[in-house]
Amino acid sequence: MARVNFEGVSKAFDGVLAVDDLHLDVHDGELLVLLGPSGCGKTTALRMVAGLEDPTAGTVSIGDVVVNDVEPKDRDVAMVFQSYALYPHMTLRRNIEFPLRQQRVPAPERARRVEEAAGTLGLLDLLDRKPGQLSGGQRQRVALARAIVRDPQVFLMDEPLSNLDATLRIQTRADIVSLQRRLGTTTIYVTHDQVEAMTMGHRIAVMRDGRLQQVAAPQDLYERPANTFVASFLGSPGMNLVPASAERGAIIIEGTRIGLPDGTPTVAGPVTVGVRPEAATLAPEGIPASVLLVEQLGAETHVICALADGSRVVVRQEHRAVRPDLGESVAIRVDPLQLHLFDTDTGARLELGR
Amino acid sequence: MSALRSRRHREWGLAYLLLAPALLIFAVFTFYPFLRNFKLALYQNPPYPGLPSHYVGLHQVGSVLASTSFHQSLVSTLLYVVMVVPVGLIGGLLLAVAAHKAIRGMAWFRLVFSSTVVTSVAVAAVVFGTLMDPVVGLLPWLGVNPHPAILENPTWALPAVSLIAVWQFLGLSFVIMTAGLQSLPDEVLEAARLDGAGGWTMFWRVTVPLLSPTLFFGLVVGTIYAFQSFGQIDILIGPQNSQFTHTDVLLYSVYQALSIQDNPGVAAVLSIVLFAILLVFTLAQLRFLERRVTYAGD
Repeated sequence: MARVNFEGVSKAFDGVLAVDDLHLDVHDGELLVLLGPSGCGKTTALRMVAGLEDPTAGTVSIGDVVVNDVEPKDRDVAMVFQSYALYPHMTLRRNIEFPLRQQRVPAPERARRVEEAAGTLGLLDLLDRKPGQLSGGQRQRVALARAIVRDPQVFLMDEPLSNLDATLRIQTRADIVSLQRRLGTTTIYVTHDQVEAMTMGHRIAVMRDGRLQQVAAPQDLYERPANTFVASFLGSPGMNLVPASAERGAIIIEGTRIGLPDGTPTVAGPVTVGVRPEAATLAPEGIPASVLLVEQLGAETHVICALADGSRVVVRQEHRAVRPDLGESVAIRVDPLQLHLFDTDTGARLELGR
Repeated sequence: MSALRSRRHREWGLAYLLLAPALLIFAVFTFYPFLRNFKLALYQNPPYPGLPSHYVGLHQVGSVLASTSFHQSLVSTLLYVVMVVPVGLIGGLLLAVAAHKAIRGMAWFRLVFSSTVVTSVAVAAVVFGTLMDPVVGLLPWLGVNPHPAILENPTWALPAVSLIAVWQFLGLSFVIMTAGLQSLPDEVLEAARLDGAGGWTMFWRVTVPLLSPTLFFGLVVGTIYAFQSFGQIDILIGPQNSQFTHTDVLLYSVYQALSIQDNPGVAAVLSIVLFAILLVFTLAQLRFLERRVTYAGD
């Protein structure tokens, strides 16, 4: 087990920066999720830890060792791929023991460790099969077994659940979390799925266009997003962002003045206000809007509204609440204690002052 | 129900209509000659051209199969295939592995390695014939001067022509292996790198097994190619010398029976034997190897 450190790491492909000056410290024993849309550089960052890509600038270290010039096989990291990357011509036993064979682990110990890993992942009965005879979920468990059998310093997981169907994904997600918590192995987990990130990570590092946006525990990230990108990327649906103007002790959205009881904006003039769907309700009085769409999800309902300026606001309702009709004029009330302010130009979070 | 049936009938009709041009070409140029060949084999040609041939049933088949020249031809053919196919396949694989690297200028090497595919047999034979010439060739220049000359030498003539076939097959083999290497799943190779596989283990335990469908395909193609060698033997050895230099492989003896000895009956028997051998080989390869071959995804 070890910490992983990115120190000013950049990676360019043909002059295009995939990862741009990344500073990130992955703590010993934690599961850190690298989250972002496709092309944000999260996989490239992971592959630099594995040694499958060389940084253009900066240093990557595992433990206290700078590994820039260390061969992948000597880094003591195990990787789980989206496509499972099993050896199709080998039985599961051979697949799982492959890394041990490379380390010249003696046969009896090899057998013991393979069976332990296979037992942990419920694969004992399948050891003589080949990957082709397994389902996707079983294959991914084999890939996990092949990773844990080595007892490496770091696990690297590159979207390991993306090829699984929804039910299996939730189950395997829980398996990975409990495995990681039990083994306590430092893990870097790459995903574009914010639900995975929220449910799995001790901390989440959000990336966009090669740049790190924010690193924080899931709940902190949700409650105090550092910018509009993080605000809208997390949550399902993400945070509503509407243009507003700030004045002393209040903000004004579409002519509706909302007093702020716990502070005052430190700027005056145009700002972007963030409202989580659960912080907005349909009320007799509030910001005028019209209903575009009503999505019923069983336990809750999403009412998608449009303000006069065209910006959209999603209101999350309990399923028992009265559902408005399409096109109906409604008023949206927002909880002034749950508002977020962002700079309109930079998107950066603005804290309230006294 | 009947509507469904009539629709299915119409679909079949359309299928045959679309197949018709291809079927016609096959019928004229493949099926008819193929069947006609069996008939030819049952008729014996008289010793003097011009006289009518007569029906002898399987008698001619028996006498050809029992002849020493046929046995010798068969042995030469098998030796030839054994010399050409494995060397060509392994050589192509090694070249493909060597060229499968993202190094500047590698495209040029790929072009050179695959160029033998597009070199005509005649050109290759003339070039190698010059190299092997006892007076102006490469060997006398190196101080090696076998007697009789290499292409008239019963020991060395067959290896010499098989060398040309290897050289020529190398390009195709390289192209097949390169395509195979490029289709290998990157993530599996990366997983093996992280799992600690070095170059040698990687090649034998991962690359070669993953490449086995390609190797298998190359084996079938190479075997058929080797059985059908003709040009280099005709150009370098010729009908006068082929028998005593043991280079009269089956296809070449078919040609000799037909064109030199003017004996279509014997040529037909020999070509049926060649067909039968290729058929058995192909079926055996398919059945025997398919079980041991790893196809990705299953």
